[in-house]
Amino acid sequence: MPFKIEKHKTGRALVFHTFMVVLSLLMVYPFVWSVLSSFKPIEELYSGNPLNLIPQTFTTENYRRLFEILPFGRFTLNSLYLSIAIPIAMILVASLTSYALTRLRFRGRNVLFLAFVATMMIPSHVVLIPNYKTIVDLNLYNTFTALFLTSMFTASNAFNIFFFRQFFLTIPKDLENAAIIDGCPHIQVFFRIILPNSKPAIATTAILSFRSVWNQFLWPMIVINDYDKMTLTVGLKYLKDWEPNWAVLLAGAAISIIPIIIVFLVFQKQFMSSTMNSGFGGK
Amino acid sequence: MSLQAQEERLGWLYVSPALIGFMVFTFGSILRSLGYSFTEWDLLTAPRWIGLRNFAKIFQDGYFYQYMSNTFYFVILLVPTVLVASLMLAILINTRTKGITKAYRAALFLPSITSTVAISMVWLWIFNPSMGVLNNLLLAIGFDKVPQWLDSTVWSKPALLIMRIWQMSGYYMLMFLAGLQTIPETLYEASEVDGATRRQQFFRITIPMLSNIFFVVAILLVIEAFNMFESIFIMTGGGPLGSTSTIMYYIYEKGFSYYEMGYSSALAWIFFILILIVTLIQYRFRHEQAGE
Repeated sequence: MPFKIEKHKTGRALVFHTFMVVLSLLMVYPFVWSVLSSFKPIEELYSGNPLNLIPQTFTTENYRRLFEILPFGRFTLNSLYLSIAIPIAMILVASLTSYALTRLRFRGRNVLFLAFVATMMIPSHVVLIPNYKTIVDLNLYNTFTALFLTSMFTASNAFNIFFFRQFFLTIPKDLENAAIIDGCPHIQVFFRIILPNSKPAIATTAILSFRSVWNQFLWPMIVINDYDKMTLTVGLKYLKDWEPNWAVLLAGAAISIIPIIIVFLVFQKQFMSSTMNSGFGGK
Repeated sequence: MSLQAQEERLGWLYVSPALIGFMVFTFGSILRSLGYSFTEWDLLTAPRWIGLRNFAKIFQDGYFYQYMSNTFYFVILLVPTVLVASLMLAILINTRTKGITKAYRAALFLPSITSTVAISMVWLWIFNPSMGVLNNLLLAIGFDKVPQWLDSTVWSKPALLIMRIWQMSGYYMLMFLAGLQTIPETLYEASEVDGATRRQQFFRITIPMLSNIFFVVAILLVIEAFNMFESIFIMTGGGPLGSTSTIMYYIYEKGFSYYEMGYSSALAWIFFILILIVTLIQYRFRHEQAGE
């Protein structure tokens, strides 16, 4: 009875889609709600029906107030700059290290690799106090350099080293061998042959690193205290400490959420596939 | 110079930036942290050696036990819930490939890419007992008593759990999805010919074929659950009455609110060893399974 099977199938599909639509709405709702609520006047937020999504009176007053008390424009630019520049620095270090660890034969390279990978096990709070002391001693307190250095040389970049190594092992050696026989130096082999052939690995590590830098909170909060250099996450913390008006706080949250959603919508495919790839690092 | 010696030199040259950097900011810091844990140090005056006294104090510290049990509460409830939810979602979504499921996938993934600090501010308001969306929704659908969520010592932990499950499930769903897509379709076709039911297919094909990814997700999830920090910092500050404070939060508080750097370092080391033991148990478990 093919007809019956067909009917059974549409029934299941209906259940599936209803479930998924409800679930998707639950996932998206807090975002939509915070963005829309940030345009509500404070009275409406406090006394109106919270289940009303759309502002009854539309106002940009919250945003005016937000930019008046803290330089949120500056915070956004800082966050965007760091989330792009730091991953580039991380990837340069990680890929060069992995190139040496996979392509150059030298004593101790396996021990080195294990030492790097083992650092992924260490909770970030263990190195917090010593690194804070180091940064102060090096006169790097309140500089972007402090943020660069710890991202480049702690566990999250150890993951990138690990990931690049797994990837480099899958690149056939024929190409580079020909270049090396022709007398091409290793550094050029790395930049001209290996890196251009590693785009998928670069994309994955870039996106994962972008995410982790964008989310970074405790470390920048501890080492940065100049408004000009603060990131969005840290700025939000100060906003929460000082501003009692919830509509303004929501405007702050919305400002930090909107750029990342735009980035996500543009690079959706890459975001998804890099998350999917990252799991296989552990294979 | 021989070619081999040249390669040897070049190898060390290329790893040197990472090696020097890690020496300073990771390997060196780990050892220094251990050193600090034997001292009393307020950051302003020089550290004073006090031997094992910090550790002795920790084991008599009532907060330590309270926060440790909070930490385990989160790990024990968060890990299995997210594991099952993300696996189920991945399986559900994997069976359909049409355009609309891509939209579901994106929606489920979205919470995991936004910063925890920003989204915690939003949830803080959602959980507001009188003006928040959640309680008003509960009242609207007929509940007459609603939880005080983050204001109550009973509901603060479940509230944080809800928020974290909401935020993390989509991310791990995607990892499982990657695993599911590597299972060859022919396995299912062959088993269907042999008369296998859906249930049998699930337990005999899907689960065993996913064991690698399952292991990776479990390890990552356990570490992430132990490391819960930003959401607590923004939403509760460890309260009310320490009901949501975790060891991670305590390490931060002791170090950067009370400037007890030695005590904080000792806490961090105890915590580190604990995570190490849990992860080693997971590896052990995995090896035993693989050995069968």
